[in-house]
Amino acid sequence: MTTLVSATDAPGTAGATAVSAASRALRPTLGAELWLVASRAIKVALRNPEAVIPNLFIGLFFFAVNVGSMQHTIAKTAHIDAKAFELPVAIMFAVTGTSRATQAVVDIAGGYFDRLLMTPIRRTSLLFGMLLADFLIALGLAVCVSGLAVALGVRFASGIGGFLLFLVLASAWSTAYSGFVYALAFASGSPETVNSAGFMIFFPFAFLTTAFLPRNLLAGWMSAIAEYNPVTYFLSALRSLIVEGWHTSTLLGGLASIAGVGVVGFLLALKTLAGRINKG
Amino acid sequence: MTTPDSYAVQVEDLRKSYDDDTEVLRGLSLQVERGEIYGFLGPNGAGKSTSLRIMCALLKPTSGRVLVAGHDVVAHPFQVRARIGASLQNSSLDPLLTPVEFLTLQARLYGLSKAEAARRVEEVEDILDLGQAAGRRIGTYSGGMMRRVDIAAALIARPEVVFLDEPTTGLDPDSRSRVWRKVRELNREHGITFFLTTQYLEEADQLAQRVGILNEGRLAAEDTPSALKSSLGTDIIIVRTHGPAEESASAALRTLAGVTGVAAAGDRISVQVDSGAEWIGPVAVALAQHGTAVADIALRTPTLDDVFFRVTGSRFEQEALTS
Repeated sequence: MTTLVSATDAPGTAGATAVSAASRALRPTLGAELWLVASRAIKVALRNPEAVIPNLFIGLFFFAVNVGSMQHTIAKTAHIDAKAFELPVAIMFAVTGTSRATQAVVDIAGGYFDRLLMTPIRRTSLLFGMLLADFLIALGLAVCVSGLAVALGVRFASGIGGFLLFLVLASAWSTAYSGFVYALAFASGSPETVNSAGFMIFFPFAFLTTAFLPRNLLAGWMSAIAEYNPVTYFLSALRSLIVEGWHTSTLLGGLASIAGVGVVGFLLALKTLAGRINKG
Repeated sequence: MTTPDSYAVQVEDLRKSYDDDTEVLRGLSLQVERGEIYGFLGPNGAGKSTSLRIMCALLKPTSGRVLVAGHDVVAHPFQVRARIGASLQNSSLDPLLTPVEFLTLQARLYGLSKAEAARRVEEVEDILDLGQAAGRRIGTYSGGMMRRVDIAAALIARPEVVFLDEPTTGLDPDSRSRVWRKVRELNREHGITFFLTTQYLEEADQLAQRVGILNEGRLAAEDTPSALKSSLGTDIIIVRTHGPAEESASAALRTLAGVTGVAAAGDRISVQVDSGAEWIGPVAVALAQHGTAVADIALRTPTLDDVFFRVTGSRFEQEALTS
């Protein structure tokens, strides 16, 4: 081996005063961190509308098709207006999976995620900032779909307060479910995996439930699965706000299902985020 | 006297192995003083980028200790991240934002106010030099333009230590010299420490106050560029042969009294001698007696490339071309 290492010269001859350490140790407040990450994610989503528009289309599509095809069945069996019954389903299809996780994968692949990791913000803010963006985007989607339903004659028995809670619950559900999608994104770093595995999670959630028929009309294994599917309780809570008014136990059931999905999803997302960071 | 606190970067016996047992770093140790511009060179795969990722608290070392701006990268990564800026090998940008949006966000993630962030963006405009393209999204830019935005992002928070991994690769000469000017200016006026790898030896020669050469995961040479060059001897005789140079030819040259070192690769033999004018003749004669067919022979003073060649066994330009 060559023995050129000597390093005897005195370096550091730039002659400037050393940078004040205190002036560099900056960190935004938690709220600022979350908003900075979220606002960037929203800006990027708006500039990349193909990431959001399909969700809106799917929501409106299911609303139109389900109302058109199930109108008489629902009215006869559940004794409620089909539009009121199907609006929560349309909302679910519009907001579930509308997540910035795909953007996170693009950031990972493009190196921007590394740049974010090198900033002094809390690393959990990277996840929760994007979740905040997801919540706000889902809120926008829910407003669009609900607005159409209201224009078509759907009325909320719970009044304007119930309508607002309806929007919040829908957005909260979207955000809670997004935890799973972020977990896929951080674990795989692959947009293909996020899309394909995301669908595999979404389908049981969305279809093995009371999306198309009231619970009393579900039979056998379908009824048993629907009973354990948190989406059943989420849909019930949304429907109750339209049809029944303020039904506390149903609303609490919906909140609990959202919280349960959120806790599991967020824990998975945090674990995979930590894994991604440790991998370097 | 140098105290540990005066170091911007302090690396002690740094080792890094990956899951497949590849040992990239094998006991790297170095110190960079605050306010220094340090050039970090090495062949492809020597571990430069791995070292930088560890120093930027992006990657955990297998063992050893790394302090950046006085803080341990493993124990106190936040303290490190708050004090560094980095432009890594591949530009890390958001293609859907404009440069001003991107740099403002970057500044604000360091806790700067909107007004301060705007001021900092103005400060780095001379590096950006985007002209009418400034309002366009980054994704529409050429590689060189993206590189300039990436470097500006590394400097925007005016950190204590800036890591630049091949910062001017892909830049035209004008942009390159603009980056050099900015590096010197920030180093001189704000005392910012720069730790840079480069594909251009001229860059290391021009900018770096000291240069370290990494080879096989260890620091193989380190000194000021002039000291490294003079360590090779007074002059270099470069011989190009018809066909690959034989080891026996190198051995024959080593027997000459004035020859202080010989290194051969491909069709090139570098001969370090006390006095080029005195020994170019005997070198040519020795090769002729050995039976080596010489295509041409030239005399020059040593360059950093010669140092790199001596230390790593490969030519820096060839490494740069294949990277």
